[in-house]
Amino acid sequence: MSDPQVPETQAAAPSNAAPPTQTTPQQAEPPSRWHSMFREITTGSAIISVLAVVLALIAGAILIAFTNEDVQKASGYFFSRPGDTIAAIWDAVSGAYVALFQGSVYNFRRPSFGDGIKPLTETLTFATPLIAAGLGVALGFRVGLFNIGGRGQMLIAATLGGWVAFAVDLPYGIHMVAALIAGILGGAIWGGIVGLLKARTGAHEVITTIMLNYVAGYLVMYLLRDGFLKAPGSNNPKSPASKDTAIFFDLLGPEYNLHFGFVLVIAATVFTWWLLNRSNLGFQFRAVGENPNAARVAGISVKKMYVYAMLFSGGLVGLAGINQVLGTTTSGFGAGLDSGIGFDAITVALLGRSKPWGVFAAGILFGAFKAGGFSMQAAEGVPVDIVLVVQSLIVLFIAAPPLVRTIFRLPAPGSKSRRQLPNVTQEVAAK
Amino acid sequence: MSTVAPIIQPTQPTEPKNGPAVAMIRSWKSPIALGVFAVLSFLLLVVFGRDGTSTMRLSTSTDLVQLPDVELPTRATGIVVTILLVILAALSTWLVSRHRKVSLWLISGFAVLVLIGFLAWAAAGHTIPVPGLLFGSLSLAVPLIFGALGGVISERVGVVNIAIEGQLLAGAFTSALVASLTGMPLLGLVAAMVAGVLVSFVLAAFSIKYFVDQVIVGVVLNVLVTGLTGFLFSQLLAPNAATLNQPPRFERINIPLLSEIPIIGPVLFRQTLIVYLMYIAVIAVYIGIFHTKWGLRLRAVGEHPQAADTVGINVTGTRFWNVSLAGAIAGLGGAYFTLGSVGAFGKEMTAGAGFIALAAVIFGRWDPIRATLAALLFGFASNLQNVLSIIGSPVPSEFMLMLPYVVTIFAVAGLVGVSRPPAASGKPYIKS
Repeated sequence: MSDPQVPETQAAAPSNAAPPTQTTPQQAEPPSRWHSMFREITTGSAIISVLAVVLALIAGAILIAFTNEDVQKASGYFFSRPGDTIAAIWDAVSGAYVALFQGSVYNFRRPSFGDGIKPLTETLTFATPLIAAGLGVALGFRVGLFNIGGRGQMLIAATLGGWVAFAVDLPYGIHMVAALIAGILGGAIWGGIVGLLKARTGAHEVITTIMLNYVAGYLVMYLLRDGFLKAPGSNNPKSPASKDTAIFFDLLGPEYNLHFGFVLVIAATVFTWWLLNRSNLGFQFRAVGENPNAARVAGISVKKMYVYAMLFSGGLVGLAGINQVLGTTTSGFGAGLDSGIGFDAITVALLGRSKPWGVFAAGILFGAFKAGGFSMQAAEGVPVDIVLVVQSLIVLFIAAPPLVRTIFRLPAPGSKSRRQLPNVTQEVAAK
Repeated sequence: MSTVAPIIQPTQPTEPKNGPAVAMIRSWKSPIALGVFAVLSFLLLVVFGRDGTSTMRLSTSTDLVQLPDVELPTRATGIVVTILLVILAALSTWLVSRHRKVSLWLISGFAVLVLIGFLAWAAAGHTIPVPGLLFGSLSLAVPLIFGALGGVISERVGVVNIAIEGQLLAGAFTSALVASLTGMPLLGLVAAMVAGVLVSFVLAAFSIKYFVDQVIVGVVLNVLVTGLTGFLFSQLLAPNAATLNQPPRFERINIPLLSEIPIIGPVLFRQTLIVYLMYIAVIAVYIGIFHTKWGLRLRAVGEHPQAADTVGINVTGTRFWNVSLAGAIAGLGGAYFTLGSVGAFGKEMTAGAGFIALAAVIFGRWDPIRATLAALLFGFASNLQNVLSIIGSPVPSEFMLMLPYVVTIFAVAGLVGVSRPPAASGKPYIKS
């Protein structure tokens, strides 16, 4: 498992290695400011990200159009009235994407701004656990660890934190903090086991995290059925509701679902950024991630770093788990609490290129797809799975800038400018 | 004299190679792990031993050779097994202290004993149908084995294959669709291979041509295939289930003579075509990787692509086509879900089998035979729980379900230890 940071630079390497032009253009004739700015925009990574999203949406549109019944009907007489087919395609695709937008950003059909903006708050609510878990996975990536154990870490976090939330009596505020800490600890312990096993015995983290996912799943199932998570007087495998004193308060009032968890996630992003980029520990993390052998020679204890990294990674994923218990499903949780967030987090971390703020942005994008996907399914009957397709295509395209450049015929960064420069050698210019 | 000395010197150290010279390599992991298991079985089988008799049914009613049921007195069996386990653990300690390697046979024998002891303990007062238990295990293991073989080939050639899950799912989907449309399961099988190859093409193109990190492509491909199959299932298969999602299944073929061998006959040789293909695939991949020119080149490219390139092996091409081959094999495993066991395709029906197969690859240390054994272990563990839940086990079912995964963690931590992947696995080869 190598560090996912690497490929971008490697991909760019061959073009960077191209010999520089013999002439020095700056000296000869400085290109206009507009021209250099245009080149910067078209060769930068921002444009690649935007174009990747566009490409993925086009691919999704093709899928929607091909499987739409009206389009299929109209295409039956395509050669007599091609306009019908095109109109049907337009209806199907635009309907789906408008529904996606209205479900995730702003709904123009609602009368007031307060109602119209509600989808955006839904997006942020969906994004909250994705960002937290994505940060955890990303932190693992930076140390060269592949944490697929999001599900288990979330479940254990929910178990410990949830128990504090419904079984302990504490004053308002302190209760929430106690439950929060218990949850983060739960995730950290479950992640720490993996780190400890890797450090002590060399057990591969991919195996242990997968196995611990199942162990946690069955453990929680048992606890819900017959253990301390069982709601008294109920036969449903579901925990009791969290007490009011522990629940995250609403950020924008009771009519919106957005809760305090989002603020926590922003804090977690800042913390992760500080940890990775400004702290001593983070430097050692990254050193181990880049090259464990070199780090060992430099005097860094690689084994310790694996343990610490998995503790932090598990703790961040645990934040996602406790966020679900205290913020999103406060009425008690079941064994399906994670609802795939542990795996989505991997994609979020990849899209965010394992950088904290990148993960933050990627989490919000995926939160928007999640929120919009459901309203698209409800309004237009397009299965919500299309969101998965679009998401994964975005990550694929962003990971392969040369492919996007080829499709849109963009110049590669550092490549020769197409504009013909006057052939002035240095000696001539010096005169 | 001065000329003699250097000649003798290099030969001398080879003499005591089995002695203290290699003391650094001595690992106490396996004795410790075996000791822990021996203590655990002492606690479970003797301290918390149960009374009664455990019956093992060895034959099915249709067998030609009928074996009598074996009745084991539960507590006595537990004591005997525990004693044997302690002896084996002591033996491994002795071996390690004498600087000898603990053989795979000793560990396998140990595992079998633990299983017998545990089965006898859990089945006190009940009957366990052994052929049924093994048959179900094999059925559950088939897709895992195909997936693991795909993983082994792909990683041996230097491309990390996290996309096994996606290849299985794509195989399951297309085989159901094509077999339903044509009414021929054989065509479904071919379609499953094509689907697996297509997934592999994307993996290969992105990781070999565009140097995208292979873990990223693998994870993303899983999501992509899950999304695509889920979308097409909801849009096309679910509304037209009668025409598009009712594949004919393979018939079971009894191999004459072989299928009449007691116990293993009904398990191994009364299977469908896909399972027989699996036997062939395991053997072919093993021989291919370790005993042919193809395998040598494949491993060379996976271990040291630069060296392979220097001697004239086309690294990119070798990688591309072998990753495709891996996809075809994994696709076959996907077909087993629809044409072999369940019948119709269902959303996300592989349910993480690809990840278990990946674990089997690493557990099996990138060796086809070991990976197959690991996959069989996973299959057995999942099926053991099914059988025990029928006879009613003394521990909560959740803990029975958890057991295989806990055992795997112990095994990976204690017995496998640091596993070394092929050196160039996961690294793109950029020709300079």
